Amino acid sequence: MEGSVGYDNDLNLRATELRLGLPGTEPVSIVRSNKRSLQQVADDDCGVNGCKSDDQNETAPPPPKAQIVGWPPIRSYRKNNIQTKKNESEGGGIYVKVSMDGAPYLRKIDLKIYSGYPELLQAIENMFKFTIGEYSEREGYKGSDYAPTYEDKDGDWMLVGDVPWEMFITSCKRLRIMKGSEARGLGCGV
Amino acid sequence: MQKKMAYSFPDEVLEHVFSFIQSDKDRNAVSLVCKSWYEIERWCRRKVFIGNCYAVSPRMVIRRFPEVRSIKLKGKPHFADFNLVPDGWGGYVLPWIAEMAGAYPWLEEIRLKRMVVTDESLELIAKSFKNFKVLVLFSCEGFSTDGLAAIAASCKNLRELDLRESEVDDLSGHWLAHFPETCTSLVSLNISCLRSDEVSFSALERLVGRCPNLRSLRLNRAVTLDKIANILRRAPQLVDFGTGYYAAELQPDVFSNLAGAFSSCKELKSLSGFWDVVPAYLPALYSICPRLTSLNLSYATIQSPDLIKLVSHCPRLQRLLVLDYVEDSGLEELASSCKDLQELRVFPSDPFGAEPNVSLTEQGLVAVSLGCPKLRSVLYFCRRMSNAALVTIAQNRPNLTRFRLCIIEPKTPDYLTLEPLDVGFGAIVEHCKDLSRLSLSGLLTDHVFEYIGTYGKKLEMLSVAFAGDSDLGLHHVLSGCESLRKLEIRDCPFGDKALLANAAKLETMRSLWMSSCAVSFGACKLLGQKMPKLNVEVIDETEPPDSRPESCPVDKLYIYRSVAGPRFDMPPFVWTMDEAVRILH
Repeated sequence: MEGSVGYDNDLNLRATELRLGLPGTEPVSIVRSNKRSLQQVADDDCGVNGCKSDDQNETAPPPPKAQIVGWPPIRSYRKNNIQTKKNESEGGGIYVKVSMDGAPYLRKIDLKIYSGYPELLQAIENMFKFTIGEYSEREGYKGSDYAPTYEDKDGDWMLVGDVPWEMFITSCKRLRIMKGSEARGLGCGV
Repeated sequence: MQKKMAYSFPDEVLEHVFSFIQSDKDRNAVSLVCKSWYEIERWCRRKVFIGNCYAVSPRMVIRRFPEVRSIKLKGKPHFADFNLVPDGWGGYVLPWIAEMAGAYPWLEEIRLKRMVVTDESLELIAKSFKNFKVLVLFSCEGFSTDGLAAIAASCKNLRELDLRESEVDDLSGHWLAHFPETCTSLVSLNISCLRSDEVSFSALERLVGRCPNLRSLRLNRAVTLDKIANILRRAPQLVDFGTGYYAAELQPDVFSNLAGAFSSCKELKSLSGFWDVVPAYLPALYSICPRLTSLNLSYATIQSPDLIKLVSHCPRLQRLLVLDYVEDSGLEELASSCKDLQELRVFPSDPFGAEPNVSLTEQGLVAVSLGCPKLRSVLYFCRRMSNAALVTIAQNRPNLTRFRLCIIEPKTPDYLTLEPLDVGFGAIVEHCKDLSRLSLSGLLTDHVFEYIGTYGKKLEMLSVAFAGDSDLGLHHVLSGCESLRKLEIRDCPFGDKALLANAAKLETMRSLWMSSCAVSFGACKLLGQKMPKLNVEVIDETEPPDSRPESCPVDKLYIYRSVAGPRFDMPPFVWTMDEAVRILH
């Protein structure tokens, strides 16, 4: 096989491969370990900022860029304030994805910046431009086709509002605004 | 006949006329007319501004102006804000205070920026100036609350104590209690930089309550939301207010109390603070929003919808500082609601993140440039830009005087064409004829400097990073920008040629900073040798510059004009190129 490296154990199919590119150039193959569950592949549409996998434990993260001293040019005073905030909130906000049935993209919110359910729901209403119904313990959310739900640590889908706020923000992994019959089913109070 | 008239004009009359001339530039011009005017002027100059504390010595100032009441001093170079100037570089105020203590017993005002201020300095101020009224420490460091206690206790007529953005060793909130009960003169108090959680709140409340002339009050984070109402009710005459924390569990009575307190402040025009905001409390501000002219939300992690709601209530807004959570949509709302807007600053919420976390692009800035006809001053952090957007902004807003753009990733090209942003910035300098301050970013070649040298005739301050191809870039700026006073450069391939060819220019400027560029040690020495009125300082924390060949580039270089000669308070990692001093070293 002229012009190509011989592999002892390999059939060296590469030499016979049809591919684009000048002879002598090796195609770069990027191996991604995209071990995503079927559910996530179905749900995880491209975010506003492009198709990036946000699930850190699924793709090998790119090596962190070396931070340049003094860049971006932010005053130490301001940087310290951001840092203090981050430290105070125990290592950063609690960011969860929010999806809404029928909406083409997901959003992400920081649960830490809300002080309770009313604010959270208000923010979600604003974000997706719709109204959630009135919450009651017995009947869930009445008066609208939508119900806010969340996936908790155990992987179960729960109705937002059932547990105390503090418990909610520590156990919530992601939010989903359900619509239609699915939504009504959850509030059924069986 | 004319000569006779000049001599018959009594000094007192001239002095009286000069008293109407407040600007430094005009005063300097007056002093150059003739010897007698120089003499009269120097005896009646009450305010001195020294833009570089090492450009002149305290003795020289005192000798020329014996009756000064107010002094303003600046110390470290601007890039010290971004940690580029090592600790210990200099900028000590103590020698100034020590000299002035004896010479200016009637000194009333001291304003400092980027200087090192020790407790000893503060104690000396407290002891030496019987009629002391104003202390402003802007971005200073080196002192603790003990020093503040001395000021509080001794200055019987204190009007202003403003510690904006300084680093204070916060030992105890108790220093506030050192203001005597007889102190009723405060007009302005800014303690927003104090970080500890203890502030003697009762002392603060009493102080605020007994100062009827208090116009400006900026609290720190220790003051919780429920306490704000108490403070405001004691000072309904406030014009400028900085909140502490603006977060708490939403409680109707706290909310209505707060809203009521705000609405009783009929003069309130400016708000800041807002650390940790709970959006539900923002409507408490709605009653004062129609009067607001200045709003600083740059520490508030409020999302765009809440920001939009707030801003839409503020039609008179002239100045807005905000985080990039405002997003393009928020800026579009700003552009349609706030037609009086003059200054906009958008800061990054996640400056070190690799990916954008918010939807803020060049579109937001374009919208504001179109919608806000009075916009003059811009500071904008974003992640992408295009030449087309910059040209549009320049054409929309030729009245811009300050334009600082920071594209977060260095050397980012035009995202549409992948070309350098030379043409865009060129349009800015070409159209904005009164542009006095410019900060560049993104991918830039020598061409942008050609535009700047050609059109930037009023440019006084230029900041450059990761730009240019060769010495030609620097040469364009130094030879073309007639009004240039401050030039700061980092990580650019500018070397000896342009610097040495324009050495004389450096004497017409306040200062030049160059770090991580290509200026050789040899060129620095030559410059120091040829230009005795320049202080050429080489800063290198790793090793002495002469331990390497002369052709090696220096790490950091700071050049400034001075009539005081080289300074003697340099730390070991700063070398002066003044030949005499260097040889003695």
